[in-house]
Amino acid sequence: MKHVIGVVLVIALLTVGGLFVLTPANLLPVQASAQAVFIDQLFSYQFYVISFLFALIMGLMIYSVIVFRRKPGDMEDAQHIEGNTPLELAWTGIPLVIVVIFAIIGSNTLASVLRPDPKALEIKVTGRQWAWTFEYPEYGVSSDKLVLPVNKQALLLITSDDVLHAFWVPEFRVKQDAVPGAINQLRITPTKERKFKLMCAEICGRDHTFMVADVQVVKEEAFKEFIENSKVPTDPIARGEYWYRTQGCKACHNTDGAAGGVGPTYKGLYGSQVELEDGSLVFADELYMKESIINPNAKLVKGYGATGKSAMPGNFGNSLTPEQINEIIGWIETLK
Amino acid sequence: MKKNQYPILKLGMTRGLIGFVIGMLLGQALVHVIRLIMRLPFNGTLDAVWVVGGLFATIGFMYGVGALDAWIKSALGEEVTDHPEDDPSWPSWVRYFSFSVDHKVIGIQYAITSFLLLSVAGLFALVFRVELVQQGLQIFKTGDEYNTFMSLHGIVMIGAILLGIGAMTNYLAPLLIGASDMAFPRINGFAYWINVPAAVLLLSSLFLGGVNTGWVAYPPLSVRAPLGMQMFFLGVYLIGISSIMGGINVIVSVVYMRAKGMTYFRMPIFVWTALATAIISTTATQLIGLSFQMVMFQRMLGMGFFDPAKGGNPILYQHLFWFYSHPAVYVFILPGLGIISELLPVFSRKPLFGYRWVAMSSLGIALVGFFVWAHHMFTSGMEEYLRVPFMYSTLLVAVPTGVKFFSWVATIWKGKLDLSTPMLFALGGVAIFLVGGLSGPPNGTVATDLHLHDTYYIVGHFHATMFGGFIFPFMAALYYWFPKITGKMYNERLGKVQFWLLFPAFYVQSFGQMFAGLLGMRRRVADYPGMSQLNTPHLLVTIAAFVIGLSVLILFYNLWVSAVKGAPAPLNPWRSRSPEWMLPSPTPVHNFRDQPFEVVGEPYDYGLAGSKYYVEIPVHGDAGTPAAGAAVGAD
Repeated sequence: MKHVIGVVLVIALLTVGGLFVLTPANLLPVQASAQAVFIDQLFSYQFYVISFLFALIMGLMIYSVIVFRRKPGDMEDAQHIEGNTPLELAWTGIPLVIVVIFAIIGSNTLASVLRPDPKALEIKVTGRQWAWTFEYPEYGVSSDKLVLPVNKQALLLITSDDVLHAFWVPEFRVKQDAVPGAINQLRITPTKERKFKLMCAEICGRDHTFMVADVQVVKEEAFKEFIENSKVPTDPIARGEYWYRTQGCKACHNTDGAAGGVGPTYKGLYGSQVELEDGSLVFADELYMKESIINPNAKLVKGYGATGKSAMPGNFGNSLTPEQINEIIGWIETLK
Repeated sequence: MKKNQYPILKLGMTRGLIGFVIGMLLGQALVHVIRLIMRLPFNGTLDAVWVVGGLFATIGFMYGVGALDAWIKSALGEEVTDHPEDDPSWPSWVRYFSFSVDHKVIGIQYAITSFLLLSVAGLFALVFRVELVQQGLQIFKTGDEYNTFMSLHGIVMIGAILLGIGAMTNYLAPLLIGASDMAFPRINGFAYWINVPAAVLLLSSLFLGGVNTGWVAYPPLSVRAPLGMQMFFLGVYLIGISSIMGGINVIVSVVYMRAKGMTYFRMPIFVWTALATAIISTTATQLIGLSFQMVMFQRMLGMGFFDPAKGGNPILYQHLFWFYSHPAVYVFILPGLGIISELLPVFSRKPLFGYRWVAMSSLGIALVGFFVWAHHMFTSGMEEYLRVPFMYSTLLVAVPTGVKFFSWVATIWKGKLDLSTPMLFALGGVAIFLVGGLSGPPNGTVATDLHLHDTYYIVGHFHATMFGGFIFPFMAALYYWFPKITGKMYNERLGKVQFWLLFPAFYVQSFGQMFAGLLGMRRRVADYPGMSQLNTPHLLVTIAAFVIGLSVLILFYNLWVSAVKGAPAPLNPWRSRSPEWMLPSPTPVHNFRDQPFEVVGEPYDYGLAGSKYYVEIPVHGDAGTPAAGAAVGAD
């Protein structure tokens, strides 16, 4: 009996300590979506049980290690206890019940997280190595930045142009892979007006780490303004720049002339002499640029093809229309 | 001095490596010749050249090392010895570098290879842990260099763990069931040696462009990955073959070769876990082999298994991959949990609490483990309705795992605990596996997993299960059976120093990783720009990783020095009831052939006056009679 009281005290102490450490507010990022509320609630239930079970086993072990140490020179065996069937049934049955309860709570939470709003704002999210683009089909605009109206459910239709990626904003809690050839849904109702970072959460190659995009949650009016400002420009040169930003080129090619990017800079490219991996020189004219967009492996620029392959996806010939490609090239020509 | 002049060219290892190089050249030449004859244009990749080269190299290695000798001889109608004896004129180290059929030699070969690979993979981890101390890229020039180290850390560790499992099951299972060897000694030798070319191929990917996919190698990324990816696939494929062969051997040995009187419920508890493990390896490994083979074919032959443009589906790969790779987790941990169950009674001087429940819980975990694989795919975009049933099955694993924890705690409760190094590692294993186990349900529950998936929380979770379920018990087993293996005692003080470095360091590492993950640290990234809240956890994890590295160096030093000049060990240093301790240490080649025994009682009846686990069977003059547990046949 003495031992039982002792160990119960140790367990109680450890449980309180565990509950103190394991509070969702200390451990999770800011809660910024309606879905996160349900998920964080489930986290806190789980943390209660984890704190208790950790304390239970560790308490019994710590107590045993301290109290039931063999005295030096004591060669006797301990008491012969082979087992106890009611006890075994209890510690099989009770966890089973707890597990089923948690599975039911888990299912309900999932249902709440997935609950659709018929008036949700549809946004098409495309991941490609290594950039995100967002299309608002209702308004016919595209952007390299995800802008969401606050307190309105967004239905994200997520896909990929090349390899797997995953959409994750830690403050929204929910995550969804982007799979080529499939469209996956994710519903998010942002509740806080501020900036977030969207991060790719499924390894996607060389620049996976840096495949991030800005997310901005704004009031309804500011969202309208964003849509107005994001319309496809009428000027073909400006349109080229628009495609550059929204179709993925920007992820790897800069326009400030800085070296060390994934792909060569666009600044001063047009009309220049480009040195290739095999040492030969080519003149960067429209034909060269068009070929490099559609078939990046055809001519490997020195410093960007040491492996014998270009890092650039080979499918821009499909994802861009010929007009878009021409407009992009037209815009690159202006970058002196 | 004659003993030291063993010709190095006669050594199986040397011949194997020569065979490897010749095979590689032949295989590569073959592909080039076929290309020339068929006038195929060079298609820009060397995938086929290296894969065929690697396959031929493996065959060359196996031929060179002598693993195929008996089969070739028997095919030619020559006489084959069932269990050839080593030439007594050889120095004793030779047998560890040559093809051997003695399960104890094979066990030690597995253990040493496992430690080599654990060290290599550990070094990879230390390199990228230094990278992660600070924001920005410091060591690696590109993300792909980081990806290569991170991916190889993962997959080499997995290979090393499988070899460690091989070490434990091969060395221990026959000794614990009273057999003179495994059922198929030659398959056993083959299964070990194929790991050597496999490891060489796997590590060669470092020099062939690397691997940038993480250990899961999901297509389409793995289809576009550099050439190193093929060597990665081929290496793991061969380790898988070893795993299947080893599993068959364990099952047959346990079923047919138990000592007289050893019913299933009188087997030492480790044997139950070895059996459960073997059932998983023989039935699930094919799926990872298949999934890797399909990506290899997609790369080499353009078959569009996982390419949506050709009617394939990337999600299919994930199903095939996890159908093995989740049960594989139980392959990694079950033997370790068996070691814990084996050691706690000895060092508590009390019976294992609820033997039958513990034995059945291993089979329970193995069985349920087959129905949970899709919990790795909750965010993958597979059919949404599948997520809920897989959540139920996943959470169900908690029940048999709980039985183990409660039984362990009940075993030490009111015992007479002897905290020698093996016991410290067993208890440490329980305390760490507990962290791994309890951090599991939030991943297994879909809603919370939507946040946790692919974060450092998962990294922390599975490192805790691997350390608690494999690393700690493996080290416990090494210290515990060290006197049996070498006949010498290890240094107790160094053993304790190692434990008290490793145990707290691991807690820091594990909690640091989980904390970072909850806060938003993604997996498999080289940097965490703009997330200053992660600086401290990353620094702590890196420091802990180096302390872990230091503790492993102390272990190596202890084992090496003790094996060379340790004090002679008593016959049964732990006063265990298990039969292997009645044999002299190191154990003679044929174990119990000259000293058979009959099981007459329960294995763990500590504290029951007058009880015996086994009695020795007196042997009559004729030593040539096959005694209990002789090999059931040649393979």
